Amino acid sequence: MIEVKNVTLEYGTSEGKVLAVDNASFSAKESEFLCLVGPSGCGKTTLLNMIAGFFPPTQGEIRVHGQAVNGQGLDRGIVFQDFAQLFPWRTALGNVAFGLEMKGVAKSERERIALEQLRLVKLEKFAGSFPHHLSGGMQQRVAIARALAYNPGVLLMDEPFAALDALTRDEMQRLLAEVWRATRKTVIYVTHNVAEAVYLADRVIVMTPHPGRIRAEVPVRLPRPRDPLSVEFLEHQKMLLRHLTQKEEGPS
Amino acid sequence: MKAAVSITLSLILYEAVARSGWFAQALVPTLPTIARTLWAMLADGTMARHAANTLWRVFAGLALAAVTGLVLGFLMARYRPVERFFMPLVSALMPIPSLAWAPVFILWFGLGNTATVLVVFYAASFPMVINTWTGARAVNPLWLRAAGAMGASGASMFWKVVVPGASPFIITGLRLAFQRAWIAVVGAEMLAASDFGLGWVIFDAKEFLNADIMLASLAVIGAIGYAFERLVFGSLERGTVLRWGMVRTAKA
Ligand SMILES: Nc1ncnc2c1ncn2[C@@H]1O[C@H](COP(=O)(O)OP(=O)(O)OP(=O)(O)O)[C@@H](O)[C@H]1O
Ligand SMILES: [Mg+2]
Repeated sequence: MIEVKNVTLEYGTSEGKVLAVDNASFSAKESEFLCLVGPSGCGKTTLLNMIAGFFPPTQGEIRVHGQAVNGQGLDRGIVFQDFAQLFPWRTALGNVAFGLEMKGVAKSERERIALEQLRLVKLEKFAGSFPHHLSGGMQQRVAIARALAYNPGVLLMDEPFAALDALTRDEMQRLLAEVWRATRKTVIYVTHNVAEAVYLADRVIVMTPHPGRIRAEVPVRLPRPRDPLSVEFLEHQKMLLRHLTQKEEGPS
Repeated sequence: MKAAVSITLSLILYEAVARSGWFAQALVPTLPTIARTLWAMLADGTMARHAANTLWRVFAGLALAAVTGLVLGFLMARYRPVERFFMPLVSALMPIPSLAWAPVFILWFGLGNTATVLVVFYAASFPMVINTWTGARAVNPLWLRAAGAMGASGASMFWKVVVPGASPFIITGLRLAFQRAWIAVVGAEMLAASDFGLGWVIFDAKEFLNADIMLASLAVIGAIGYAFERLVFGSLERGTVLRWGMVRTAKA
């Protein structure tokens, strides 16, 4: 359960204040896959970082499992877009085991769990490899396994596949859909790729460009695994695109 | 292989000059003469005693410098007031050649190890401080965020993320510190040591115009410096930051 209530965020910069997120409200149910879609600069990352607890909102409130977010917490795992998020000095296994190590889980036990997580993302063969020997897609899979390993209820993902080539991205989306089905985490997934949102989400939140407001919520009730070439899929895609490109209405 | 070629060529060139008759044999002894002197000094153990004394002074000074540099560098990177207090001092003291302190230290502490070790300490401290300070600030913020989300904080954040994250800079700092220390110790021994030490041998040999002893000692100084640079620091780098892909080898 994640609740975002009337959240506003202003960045203070040397040129004055920048309103990045304006009065956003939405919620995600237990085990729901929620996509946050919007044009570049609309405040998606800002919103996700607040849910992660990296900084508090200027106004409003965020609750995870009923508790007000106050800083980072082990109830939320996070995956960034940048491949460099992995620790280069740790093997894939060492990276995945990091959260368990912080929790104080014994070595043999955390390695067993970490290996299990790597198997989930089909990388058990690369457990002993250092990140710089893995491809971008593999590194992002390790990052997903790492965020899942200490078993948070919520997975926050900020365009994790945006820097991958189209083929790899498709493969990763399929894999993520499988991982989500197997783990039943509540996921908030940021993207500006409409097809990706329709493929993955139970519900898509569409944001307006600068300052970021919530424009629409679009449920996607297609059966899984989804076929990106089906008529219904394309219709959802069109609907989202319409929401994204529609001109800003006057203040209501 | 490449190293052997460049060194052999230089030696051949030296030998040609020594045998040319342009200079007095006593001032520019041939390689076999130097080799005989070196062998004699190695065989009766005097060279080993000199080298051991010098190494002891270097490592005492270097260890002090490494500890001071690491502690101060990390504190300066972490706390603004520490940075603001020490940075002007570092900037003011760094340009003073460490050898210029030798007479002062001799005045305060007399001839002997204390003055020499302090000169070495002075020479080695600055690269250690500057590199640690820079390395700690250059740690990728994504690593800090990811680690924070996985429950790292305080000591675990420092030892498991900041230290390895700063390691390319720290290892380079150690390397530079050793070079500075090694250069400083020989100079300091010429001024401050009352017996034993590679620098002292050279200075002492000057009194008796023993060019062969001077050159044999120089060869040992070079050889030890070379061994540390290539073997110790080279393998330290290969075992850590190179292996982790945090630095790369140059292209052929
Ligand atoms: N640290 C910051 N200081 C000041 N302004 C910022 C900061 N970070 C983001 N902004 C501004 O806030 C707005 C929202 O940024 P944010 O990164 O959240 O957008 P985004 O939707 O994630 O964009 P993208 O799709 O390009 O990643 C942008 O206008 C950006 O310029
Ligand atoms: Mg973003």
